[in-house]
Amino acid sequence: MGKNVLVIEDEPNIIEAISFILSRDGWTVATHSNGHDAVGVVTAALPDVVILDVMLPGKNGYDILRELREAELTKGIPVLMLTAKGQVKDREMAARAGASRFMTKPFSNAEVLDAVRELVVGEQQAQ
Amino acid sequence: MSDRPNIPFLERQSYRRRRLIDTVRMVPVVGAVLWAVPLLWPTPEDGAGSVASSDAIIYIFLVWFALVLLGAWFAFLMKRSDAQEEGGGR
Amino acid sequence: MGALNILVGVCLIYVAFLFAVAFGAERAALNGKGGWLRSPLIYTLSLSIYCTAWTFYGAVGYAARSGLEYLTIYIGPSLVVIGWWWLLRKLVRIGRSQRITSIADLISSRYGKSNMLAVGVTILAVVGTTPYIALQLQSVTVSFGVFSDAYGAELTEINHGNNALLVACGLALFTIVFGTRNLDANERHHGVVMAIAVEAIVKLFALLAVGAFVVWGVAGGVSDIFERIDASKIGQWDMRGDRWATLIFLSAAAFLCLPRMFQVMVVENEDEDHLRTASWAFPLYLMVMSLFVVPIAVVGLDMMPPGANPDFFVLTVPLATGNDGLAMLSFLGGFSSATSMVIVAALALSTMVSNHIVMPIWLSAQSGGATVSGDVRHVVLLSRRISIAAVVFLGYLYFRLSGGGAALASIGLISFAGVAQFLPVLIGGIFWRGATRTGAFVGLSVGFLIWAYTLLLPSFGTGTLIGTAVLTEGPFGLGWLRPQAFFGITGMDPLVHAIFWSMLLNTLSFFIASLVGFPSPLERLQGAQFVNVFEHSRTPQSWSGSLAQSEDLMVMAQRIIGAREAQRLFEREARRQGLSGLVPEPSPDFLAVLERELAGSVGAATAHAMIGQIVGGASVSVEDLMAVADETAQMMEYSSRLEAKSEEQARTARQLRQANEKLTQISEQKDAFLSQVSHELRTPMTSIRAFSEILRDSDRLSAKEKVRYSSIIHDEAIRLTRLLDDLLDLSVLENGQVSLNEQTGVLGDVLDHALSSALTGNQTVELRVMRDLLSEKVTLTTDLDRLSQVFINLIGNAQKYCDAPTPKLHISVQYGQGQLVIDFIDNGSGISKADQAVIFEKFARTGEQKVSGAGLGLAICREIMTRLGGSVDYLPGQGGAAFRVILPQSAALAAQ
Repeated sequence: MGKNVLVIEDEPNIIEAISFILSRDGWTVATHSNGHDAVGVVTAALPDVVILDVMLPGKNGYDILRELREAELTKGIPVLMLTAKGQVKDREMAARAGASRFMTKPFSNAEVLDAVRELVVGEQQAQ
Repeated sequence: MSDRPNIPFLERQSYRRRRLIDTVRMVPVVGAVLWAVPLLWPTPEDGAGSVASSDAIIYIFLVWFALVLLGAWFAFLMKRSDAQEEGGGR
Repeated sequence: MGALNILVGVCLIYVAFLFAVAFGAERAALNGKGGWLRSPLIYTLSLSIYCTAWTFYGAVGYAARSGLEYLTIYIGPSLVVIGWWWLLRKLVRIGRSQRITSIADLISSRYGKSNMLAVGVTILAVVGTTPYIALQLQSVTVSFGVFSDAYGAELTEINHGNNALLVACGLALFTIVFGTRNLDANERHHGVVMAIAVEAIVKLFALLAVGAFVVWGVAGGVSDIFERIDASKIGQWDMRGDRWATLIFLSAAAFLCLPRMFQVMVVENEDEDHLRTASWAFPLYLMVMSLFVVPIAVVGLDMMPPGANPDFFVLTVPLATGNDGLAMLSFLGGFSSATSMVIVAALALSTMVSNHIVMPIWLSAQSGGATVSGDVRHVVLLSRRISIAAVVFLGYLYFRLSGGGAALASIGLISFAGVAQFLPVLIGGIFWRGATRTGAFVGLSVGFLIWAYTLLLPSFGTGTLIGTAVLTEGPFGLGWLRPQAFFGITGMDPLVHAIFWSMLLNTLSFFIASLVGFPSPLERLQGAQFVNVFEHSRTPQSWSGSLAQSEDLMVMAQRIIGAREAQRLFEREARRQGLSGLVPEPSPDFLAVLERELAGSVGAATAHAMIGQIVGGASVSVEDLMAVADETAQMMEYSSRLEAKSEEQARTARQLRQANEKLTQISEQKDAFLSQVSHELRTPMTSIRAFSEILRDSDRLSAKEKVRYSSIIHDEAIRLTRLLDDLLDLSVLENGQVSLNEQTGVLGDVLDHALSSALTGNQTVELRVMRDLLSEKVTLTTDLDRLSQVFINLIGNAQKYCDAPTPKLHISVQYGQGQLVIDFIDNGSGISKADQAVIFEKFARTGEQKVSGAGLGLAICREIMTRLGGSVDYLPGQGGAAFRVILPQSAALAAQ
């Protein structure tokens, strides 16, 4: 399908795993590994889907997402949030920040793939 | 003194006690009034028509005796009410 | 002469009997067997000292002269006692709660513990009582004279005088022996009280015997005696109404104010409940005492020659009919009446004189006041004894000087009128909080001046102390000031006149002066105490005792109330304060108690002054004044108690809130910790799961890919294991369950081992370690494995986080000031200020981490060092990241 996915995650091994899974499915995967300039990277790349980790060095995922949702350019981009803290309140915070999907680590590869696909389809339908 | 708060069903008792104290207070007043009665007795210069000493003695001592009896009776009642208060008030 | 000797013999036996009774009572009380001494009956009988020789002899004479008027003297007290709930109850309660020793003490205590007032009352009481004591002495000698006349023995004036002196000496001796056994006036005088109770029975029995003899022996029974009465010169009711009412009032007032009555009624009172019995028993006693007075008088008037002294009909009627035995009984009755009165009066007056006149003078004569050396106790006792002798002797002197002329009854009434002047001050003091010392002083002065001017001076006879001209035309010709016709109101009975004006002006001036003046704080305090005695029978705190020295107080108290008593008191108070020793804190409470104890011995004013000397000035605090503040006193007390309570509740709430905050904080920390652990566990698991699925699901993986992904899974599994190890390690360390394995080794070897362990990983950039091997030759005795663990962690951190192009780690060792210091300093960019604060926290991870780590390492290091008795800290300002490990001296044996 040639769609772009941006993975913002600080764990190199997880980046590698997600990249592998999505590339194999035909996605174009870009990665970024810190929170400081994540918003800038998203704004510049304007990917079809963003996979965003919560615990990032520099700036946490919620803050990044909130900024993305506030900006005209990025507010429509579907965002899949990943977190290693599987508590209920994290899910709520993600929803409030404007996450399209929320997944708890560890996840199965198929789940991530399905989630990303659905997000893109949903996006297209919405448009 | 004994004005400590009582449990409700003793209320009547302490009420009685208050009225008993009122009565005790009244005894000397009654006595004073009765003993003031001789002030009304005539004391004419010539002695005619005045009260005889024997009658006066009888009157004054009867009052006295009555007061003693009343005092003793109320003292007894007070003692009993004290005892009750101490026995049942706790 | 023989009968006279028998009389003397009986008298002596009777006196010996009284001594024995008193002695026995004292012994019984001492042995704790005195229960029966404290019966309401004894109390009632002791009140009978109201009936003196004046009653025993004088009442008959009074009746013979003035008919039923004598009854007024007994009706007044009967009303007072029957109305005990109004007044006596309060007096007794005040007397007990304030440890009042006399009426002078009561008045002085009420009006701000003023000694001046006490002195005034004492002097007036002595002036009022001395003629009365003289009267008693006179009655004894005259009755003795009556006997000797009857037996034809010639007694000269000298004999009379000697008899009186003998009686006076005997009474003084008795009073001294049984009245000053205990110093504390509130320690009841069981001996004295018992003796006067016995005498009360004797005099009642004697008078009843004479009365019965007269009614059924001389006259022909009750109806005959009534006929005789009506036929006699006192057969008609011929009573002036004003005298009737005034005399009832006067006797009632005197009953309350007579020092001796105050003594038996208030001071010697054992138990408030005794009043309840006395309330009817004492009127009964008075009634019986006065029952036969008129019959005896009438029979006496019939039988005796016209010139006979009616005052002694009680004696002369039995004698004239030849009943010597009855006469002797009668004499004993009179003797009992006289002696009991003198004993108690002397006791009461001597307490007053000693406490309010002698002791203050003695104390002020001693330059150092209460703190001078010497046993004050002996001084007080001596002063009491001398006072007793002086009071009795004064009575004797009055008797000799007056020549025993005036009729007994008139002396009695004058004396009554004198002491009745205390009444407004007394009543005002216990019922009206507005009464002030100035008011009391003015009222008493006015009352006594008028009493002396209108009653006392004229009583000595016209032309002796007060001139005839003054009597008829007034002083300096001022007619409106005639002693017996104030403001020109003539025709009033002189006695009624005197009582009316003295009481009226006394009360009025007392009232007005009280209204005008302003009371001192102490007065107001005492006023509240007296008036509201039933609401709070506790003395308020009037001392701020912080300055007081307990030892000084002890020394003083021992001198006054005796060593044993004082020690007992102090010990009791110390226990009450919850202290184990003998000496209590000089708290206001304790000082108030002590003052009251001392007041029992030396009177309120002196006790107050003595404590004041030691404590350093009487101080009534603002809070005390608050307690006085008019009607709101109790309310304020209540509300302050509520305030204290609510403050306490607030404090508890605060503590609870703090505890709750702490718990919440701990709970939050626990949540955060769990969340962290979850995060740290899930992160490697994510990688493991993802790559294991990839390996499972993809069959087109290259061999190289397979190896790579497997090794990722392997590394992450190790990471997980390490994390779990660290967690367990930390848990063990934090719970203090770790057992240290102490070994002895050299620091250098430990560092060698740590370096080799930490630097095994095939790192891209090699860390250069610089050491000073010489300084590391320190022998250590500690858990070397744990210490090594710390070193490994620190070296590992340097290796992981040092971001310099050529990373270097400098390890330096210093030994000194009782500790061994090992620094690990790298040449990286170091740790930011904000991070320095948290790096030792669990899961603290700083900045951008290239290398994965659970973030537990430094937390574990810190725990370990704490266990080893040392510390590990970040050392700022060293150019790079720097950690300082400190070991205590005990661990480092010696530098070699």
